[in-house]
Amino acid sequence: MSGTMIIDGRKIPFTGQKNILSVIRDSGIDLPTFCYHSELSIYGACRMCSVETSRGEIIATCSEKPRDGLEIYTNSPRIRKYRKMILELLLSSHDKDCTACERTGKCQLQTLAKRYGLSNNRFTQSVQEHEIDSSSPSIIRNPNKCIKCGDCVMVCEEIQGVGALGFVDRGSEVIIKPAFNKKLAETNCVNCGQCRIVCPTGAIIIKNETEKAWNALYDKSKRVIVQIAPAVRVALGEEFGKKPGEVSTGKIVAVLKKLGAEEVYDTTLSADLTVIEESNEFLERYSKGENLPLFTSCCPGWVKFAENKYPEIVKNISSCKSPQQMFGTVLREFYREKDLEDGRDTFIISVMPCTAKKAEASRPEFIHEGEKEIDLVITTQELALMIEEIGINFDEIEEEAMDMPFGIGSGAGVIFGTTGGVTEAVLRKILKNKYGKDDCEIIFNSVRGLDSVKEASVNVDGSEIRIAVVHGLKNADMLIKQIKSGERQYDLIEVMACTGGCVAGGGQPTPKYITRETRLQRAKGLYNIDKTSQIKSSDDNYIARNIFEDVMKDKRHLLHVHH
Amino acid sequence: MFINTCSELSSYAKIIENSLEKQKIKILVCGGTGCVAGGSLDIYDELARLVEENGNLADVSLLKEDESEVISVKKSGCHGFCEAGPLVRIEPYNYLYLKVKLSDCLDIFNNTVLNGVPVERLMYHSNGTVFKKQEEIPFYQKQTRLVLENCGHMDAEHIQECIGRGGYKALSKVLSTMDPKDVCKIIQDSGLRGRGGGGYPTGKKWGQVLAQQNPVKYVVCNGDEGDPGAFMDRSIMEGDPHKIIEGMAIAGYATGAHTGYIYVRAEYPLAVERLRIAISQAEEIGLLGENILDSGFDFKLHINKGAGAFVCGEGSALTASIEGERGMPRVKPPRTVEQGLFNCPTVLNNVETFANVPYIINAGIDEYKKLGTKDSPGTKAFALTGNVVNTGLIEVPMGTTIREVIFDIGGGIPDGKKFKAVQIGGPSGGCLTFVEKHLDLPLSFDSLKKVGAMIGSGGMVVMNEDTCMVEVARFFMSFTQRESCGKCIPCREGTKRMLEILEKIVAGNGTVEDLDLLKEIAETVKNTALCGLGKTAANPVLSTLEHFYDEYLAHVVDKVCPAKQCKGLMSYEIDEQLCRGCSKCARNCPVNAISGKIKEPFVIDKIKCIKCGACIESCTFHAIREV
Repeated sequence: MSGTMIIDGRKIPFTGQKNILSVIRDSGIDLPTFCYHSELSIYGACRMCSVETSRGEIIATCSEKPRDGLEIYTNSPRIRKYRKMILELLLSSHDKDCTACERTGKCQLQTLAKRYGLSNNRFTQSVQEHEIDSSSPSIIRNPNKCIKCGDCVMVCEEIQGVGALGFVDRGSEVIIKPAFNKKLAETNCVNCGQCRIVCPTGAIIIKNETEKAWNALYDKSKRVIVQIAPAVRVALGEEFGKKPGEVSTGKIVAVLKKLGAEEVYDTTLSADLTVIEESNEFLERYSKGENLPLFTSCCPGWVKFAENKYPEIVKNISSCKSPQQMFGTVLREFYREKDLEDGRDTFIISVMPCTAKKAEASRPEFIHEGEKEIDLVITTQELALMIEEIGINFDEIEEEAMDMPFGIGSGAGVIFGTTGGVTEAVLRKILKNKYGKDDCEIIFNSVRGLDSVKEASVNVDGSEIRIAVVHGLKNADMLIKQIKSGERQYDLIEVMACTGGCVAGGGQPTPKYITRETRLQRAKGLYNIDKTSQIKSSDDNYIARNIFEDVMKDKRHLLHVHH
Repeated sequence: MFINTCSELSSYAKIIENSLEKQKIKILVCGGTGCVAGGSLDIYDELARLVEENGNLADVSLLKEDESEVISVKKSGCHGFCEAGPLVRIEPYNYLYLKVKLSDCLDIFNNTVLNGVPVERLMYHSNGTVFKKQEEIPFYQKQTRLVLENCGHMDAEHIQECIGRGGYKALSKVLSTMDPKDVCKIIQDSGLRGRGGGGYPTGKKWGQVLAQQNPVKYVVCNGDEGDPGAFMDRSIMEGDPHKIIEGMAIAGYATGAHTGYIYVRAEYPLAVERLRIAISQAEEIGLLGENILDSGFDFKLHINKGAGAFVCGEGSALTASIEGERGMPRVKPPRTVEQGLFNCPTVLNNVETFANVPYIINAGIDEYKKLGTKDSPGTKAFALTGNVVNTGLIEVPMGTTIREVIFDIGGGIPDGKKFKAVQIGGPSGGCLTFVEKHLDLPLSFDSLKKVGAMIGSGGMVVMNEDTCMVEVARFFMSFTQRESCGKCIPCREGTKRMLEILEKIVAGNGTVEDLDLLKEIAETVKNTALCGLGKTAANPVLSTLEHFYDEYLAHVVDKVCPAKQCKGLMSYEIDEQLCRGCSKCARNCPVNAISGKIKEPFVIDKIKCIKCGACIESCTFHAIREV
């Protein structure tokens, strides 16, 4: 549908926008919303996007389709009055202890209160005292900061198919929490943190563990080793005014060094290890026809989802540890003797785009005789907090290179951070010398991008390998159902819990509105690194090869786990 | 007995009609919820026992050819005159006995049943006149009972009675002579408008559903009547469930739906039971199910009990509730006719709307349009309650004035008090508080809309001069606030804040600024809330602010409640002249707020006083008064 609307007296043409709100925003007016996300269903609860029509009607623009000739006012005196009143009402039952809130400065409620000049509140403050749920290893829910916009409920249900959160009670008593008054940790929550990405206030935040990082960094008895996941480098900059997808690897290394990390390594390297191990595992299973399709194992949100909902397919999940845990395993082996020599403990910190990685590091299978493979996981967002706290000017800091011997990864390892990346990395390895460059490009392109399910089919030594790439757990859920019903057949399936993959993980910075564009830009950043990378395929990474021949010689089995 | 064809239905109806005629005397004991609560079931048992002892109790199965001259005792649906219950009607004399007690049964039996002699002491009296026949009673005289025609006149638990009184004739006519388009057109041309609130043209809605391509469609009946004091739909469901079933089946045929849901509040157990019986009886004889009357049309009905949320009366919350989801309204578009129940096109009408349908089909458009006004044909049922002499369920043609309803049918305001206001349509059905200048307003969708009101679902609460309008606003707000689903911000937070301010005012702590703030919130909620509940939640506040602003001012400026209802603004005083110093009040005061010397005037400590009124009741000399 196309036509022309009159917005605040200006003629604004529209074509194909799904609602009036999009037309208004496209025209350059940032109409406020709390409950609207372009990727979620239209909830229509915050009413902030209401406008006045030329006939004096008040309409919520999120739920109305654009109409040719419709004349609206986005800031008429009436609508401004209503909008302010809605904000004032919200604030009257909101825990306004902003200085103690982690979202301060980035809180949508705070921003709008400022934007609309709400200086005094005419209502008596009445915040219900709800218990803060910090049971989850990944996120903290503070219902006293909740504005009940429903974004978290929707993302958990519609995108992730988990439904760990819901509405309880009604009227002004309504509260968002897990069913049956359970704590989040007792539910089927997979720790993906997508709820925290869409939360406009500080009601859902990452479990902040920076204090543990500070303590370790200043502990002389500890050797602090940091690994950085691929997706971190294309998003951290957003916290310091950079655009999504801008690469800041060198700055991150420099910052971590300044913070006191002894060595800074690249998780891309262990992604290469994963590719090598997983390709071998796949080819072996494929030749034997055992436990197919093989599901990837690098995403802990997905692994937990499968364990919760489809325990019968857990055997199909690759036995490879995720890159994070593989790195932990390698580093433990590597530093074992050194620790004995200089009498220090190696403390391994991962910087991850992901909240579920926190939970992964605490899984019992990754703790050996009380020693965790990874001591601490901090997210991109937490690293940003540390950078702010130390007072480094991110813009001005000189870039530094990753440390050796574990500072080099392949392009294939880098693109692990986006949906389709793992598959492409595996394909690069198994198709090498079998397909020409152009054919490879075509196949690789079919697994890139943001389509919910992407498919590829390759022929290796006369057999056809059918591959699917899926992201967003609801999509994975749908795919599994179709596989079970026989509707679809595959041999290899890559699953990433978050839409777009790790670049849009629950530990990443939160833009005002996360959109398709944000995901694509961050992914583009990774593909750009890949483009300039000297090593394209994981098995060409000589460091990875060295690891197998040296540190992990006869210990390859340590890189595997049975879920 | 299974009815295969339309002609079988009409011959079956004739047989029953004959059999009904053979019932020389019919005793109809009201089995509506109100009368049942008053003990009508015991009266039914007693009358049945007396008739049986006498040896000529009619068999309820009705179809005994050899039956000659029998007496039947039936549990009927609601007669509407609930305040005078338990009610017993005796046909063919059409005597209506009011407030019948178990001890009256023998009298009724011996005099009326056996000898046709009225028991006058049980009849309606007014100004010395005895009204023997039900139809002569002023409460009934000005009514036109079309939807309620069978309520109180037949046994609602036997489909045979319903068929004998013309039930399912309209369905038969539709199935044998019309195609779906015709049915939609007739309903549209009849001008029937939805009785649930907004008054949307029913036929237009049906036509929109018919036009949808989706092969799966639904018919949903909204029986989630939740307004305080409203019970029209309940009475229809209890008194004539087959009318609803027939209306829904016709809607199914007209729109291409084969499944229907009746959503009834769980607080209406009798309605649920009667509907359940009615559905199973209709299925048994083939009026529901597959290939109804050999027409090839299948229709199945389910009952869904609501769990007691007022908001589930809102269409999209209702369908969500049937689906097993949280009963929360969703944004529109898409509309229910496009994506309603289970995301399929859905006809959603309320009980009374469906109950109008058989009459329209049977009587025809012209006959139907003779009733009511041009823009709102037909009748409307109202639940008349509050400070009015005759309370109960009434049905009047659209266009009847509010004055006629309150003063003619309702018998005016009791105890010589003055009329103050009437509140129509429940707390969210678009209620407005009418002042006297609105009394001659005809009740119709459009005329009420013009003064900013709505017929809503049809609750009508009459208020006399002793009513505090601020308190009325507070009462309704406490209801909507409690019933808000909590989804949209304006309704969730706004109703809470409005209630807070109103509570502050009735407690005597309000300020003029509070009135401005109250109005500001009310307007925001009205204009920006998501659903009907929220959009209308502020109406009691806005209308009282408009028509009774002085009363608000009295509360906040003069700190007086003109109606002397708000405890927070009252104080008690002991008249020095009248007080004899007996100390009785002081002894009765639960908080020791009264003190004094014996035989000297006592005094009340106004700070300690909790205004419970115990002293006033105890004072033999009427020396204590509210000021």
